[in-house]
Amino acid sequence: MADTSSRPMIEISGLHKSFGVHKVLTGIDLTVPAGSTCVILGGSGSGKTVMMKHMIGLLKPDEGRVVIDGEDIVPMGPEALEKVRHKFGMVFQAAALFDSMDVYDNVAFPLREHRGLSEEEIRKLVRSKLDLMGLPQSAERKFPADLSGGMRKRVGLARAIVMNPKIVLYDEPTTGLDPITTDYVDEMILAAQRELGITSVVISHDIASAFNIADQIAFLNKGVILEQGPPEQLRSSQHPAVKVFLQTWFGKND
Amino acid sequence: MASENAQNAESQPEQPSVLTRSIEGVGQSVISMVEELGHLITLGVDVVRWGVRRPYRWVNLFFQLDFVGVGSVFIVLLTGLFTGMVFANQSARAFAMFDAQSLVGPTVALVLTRELAPVFSALMVTMRAGSAMCTELGTMRVTEQVDALETMAVNPIQYLLVPRVLAGLFMVPLLTLLFDTSGILGAYAVAVGTQGVSAGTFITRTQQWLDPIDVYEGLIKGAVFGLAVTLVCCFKGFNATGGAKGVGQATTEAMVTSALSIFILDFIVGVLLH
Repeated sequence: MADTSSRPMIEISGLHKSFGVHKVLTGIDLTVPAGSTCVILGGSGSGKTVMMKHMIGLLKPDEGRVVIDGEDIVPMGPEALEKVRHKFGMVFQAAALFDSMDVYDNVAFPLREHRGLSEEEIRKLVRSKLDLMGLPQSAERKFPADLSGGMRKRVGLARAIVMNPKIVLYDEPTTGLDPITTDYVDEMILAAQRELGITSVVISHDIASAFNIADQIAFLNKGVILEQGPPEQLRSSQHPAVKVFLQTWFGKND
Repeated sequence: MASENAQNAESQPEQPSVLTRSIEGVGQSVISMVEELGHLITLGVDVVRWGVRRPYRWVNLFFQLDFVGVGSVFIVLLTGLFTGMVFANQSARAFAMFDAQSLVGPTVALVLTRELAPVFSALMVTMRAGSAMCTELGTMRVTEQVDALETMAVNPIQYLLVPRVLAGLFMVPLLTLLFDTSGILGAYAVAVGTQGVSAGTFITRTQQWLDPIDVYEGLIKGAVFGLAVTLVCCFKGFNATGGAKGVGQATTEAMVTSALSIFILDFIVGVLLH
């Protein structure tokens, strides 16, 4: 487990966001230390995705600060935000691979866009990330439409880490996967953190997976974080909403 | 009477009359149309802003030029040929009534170059390339591929929209020129081949009446339509929401809006040019 006392990589304070009359986030405070894995747990419609989109600057808050690696990104313009985004990799729920490109070109895409590397160097980097994700050479020329859900996730993760980002955001990485593939994806997330020292933020409603991978869990409900801390702390939480949510899983397994 | 009215108003405060409701409905749709036009123009400005900035997306641009332009050559040639043939056939019969078949050539040539060629070329490009643009961008939007680009610090407007809109702007005028050519050839074939107009008359009369300025008018219209339809199709696809159904709906709207804007712009550009 990472040293959670190290300096913060992500600091969110007093974050508010509404869409029209609909208040989605009402005062979020969250700190994620560098090199740790934070799982944001919550049911559907709790505001998890909206919160994540604020971290990478896809949405601007109505109020509050989002500090990434020491820089407040809220007042930034498009150019400055692009620089900040180089610190991020993002794994989307349905992988969001470019379906006009094969696996290799998908993973090579960020390198070709941002690094003036030779094709040979790109090949080495792409291969090393595909190896890390356990994807064989034979998969390189396949198109996203020909891949299974689990494979697509792994390619998505390889693409997210190919630029060696400081932070990787995972949007419901285990949703819609079978239990074995879920374990496998959890293992991938841990491997990325362990071997590359990445700070990970995972949004999920998968309790089992959350307890597997998290250094800390933040429980989000109706736009506020009700409980935040290491998994053990969350498990002994006295907050009724947290207890109800956790009982749906632990209730059956205890 | 007054008290009766007041009573009615009191008993049914949330039931506006049919008239009020229909006026509200019309107002509502006008407001949303103006709003949408505003968003479209904002997107157009963004396309220009990102279009002049580095990096230039040459590969994407050439791919779109090929797709929009080269890919439409056959269908535009064919449409032009048949439009010219139909037009020559009908106008020759009409002119025969007062013995003026010598005017078939110039009539067809003028209407084709000024009006029909840019309008039909733009319509064919809308149907063939615009629909594909809208569904592709819409699918990319709803499957988060557009968000993925953005998180990888690649501006989606610059990467996806600029090449498509430029392709429309450059290729529709060229296709218009192709339409002109095949249309006049088709008209020649019908007029000379079946309607008894002599080849010499057709050619000299057409040369006499048709000025380069007529062709330029068509080219300007082609550029305006090409810009408008690709922008509309990109706009609709880029803002699609709600899965497969949403993409389908966006494409329907894109086709209708593109076709309408061609006819409206045809009128506006025509007035401005004269």
